[in-house]
Amino acid sequence: MSGFLVNASLISLLTLIAILALRLHRLFAVVMLSGAFSLVAATLFVVLDAVDVAFTEAAVGAGISSILALATLSLVPAEEKPHSIAFVPAFLALATALMLAVAVTDLPAFGDVNAPIHNHVAPEFIKGSAEDIGIPNVVTSVLASYRGYDTLGETVVIFTAAIAVLLVLGGYTRPHRRKIKSRKKGEDKNAG
Amino acid sequence: MQDDPVIRVVSKVMIPTVMLFALYVQFHGDYGPGGGFQAGVIFASAFVLNAMIFGLNRGRHVWPANLNLLAICAGVLLYGLTGIASLFLGANYLDYDVLGATAKSGQHIGILLVEFGVGLTVASVMVALFFTFAGRLTHIRLMSKMQAHEEASPPASKTKTKAKKAGGRS
Repeated sequence: MSGFLVNASLISLLTLIAILALRLHRLFAVVMLSGAFSLVAATLFVVLDAVDVAFTEAAVGAGISSILALATLSLVPAEEKPHSIAFVPAFLALATALMLAVAVTDLPAFGDVNAPIHNHVAPEFIKGSAEDIGIPNVVTSVLASYRGYDTLGETVVIFTAAIAVLLVLGGYTRPHRRKIKSRKKGEDKNAG
Repeated sequence: MQDDPVIRVVSKVMIPTVMLFALYVQFHGDYGPGGGFQAGVIFASAFVLNAMIFGLNRGRHVWPANLNLLAICAGVLLYGLTGIASLFLGANYLDYDVLGATAKSGQHIGILLVEFGVGLTVASVMVALFFTFAGRLTHIRLMSKMQAHEEASPPASKTKTKAKKAGGRS
């Protein structure tokens, strides 16, 4: 019963924050609300016993993403432009949400031992972790050893994203070149 | 914000604590929740806090962009080279069993190295992203100031270039 209460209050809080973030036009408040959303989601992950995911959600979702959004906010206007409701996207979003809600009823119950996900490789990993790898945190042994390729891929994804951002926004050009360019522009304007 | 003594003093206490916590999360990931990703983000947040309180320039001084770029690549390389090391020792790619005296100690070493690579890359990527986004504002202001200056005094800049050219010839 208490578990149900905790889950229900957390999920209703999530919904409330999401609706508020949609309704508000002040972008600073929206960024703060998205951080709060991540924190509540992290709490929900703790309730589901996924502490590692909760940790990541709190650090990345509530921490760094909010800071990056704030840094971006210093470059854009503080208020969202007023706009009318776009009906076709709204309809598509509602239809997708309805389909997802119908699909959720087909999912196996939480913690069901007969669920497909608990009968594939997961039991081997959980059983073998102590013998093969010998570290107490099974999440780390799966992440870094059993699924080492995936984590390598994830690291390369982060690496690629950073390289792309640095190439576009980092200003990695030779400084004297830019000077010549801007000077030429000035001369053209003078001529015109 | 930068002139508030309370924030400055508190952040001076907080920054080393945050870094220490990040190292704990990094190297205690085998035993408790945490690992390279989380530790990297927490470690980066210490640098972000430093830059937010003491200014972007001082933040860049603490962790220069070139070093940061090197760290981004070094993390991925450490991960990939750990796999290559196990290849050379006669096992599959990223099979850490052969890295130590026993299979378990090999796994310990492999996971430690790989997680450290992830942490290094994530931390430096986050710092790079923050500095890039936050640096745009000063960059844009500088560019618009330069443009305004050039538009305001075009003849001066023209004569300057001419004078320079003449100087170069002589």
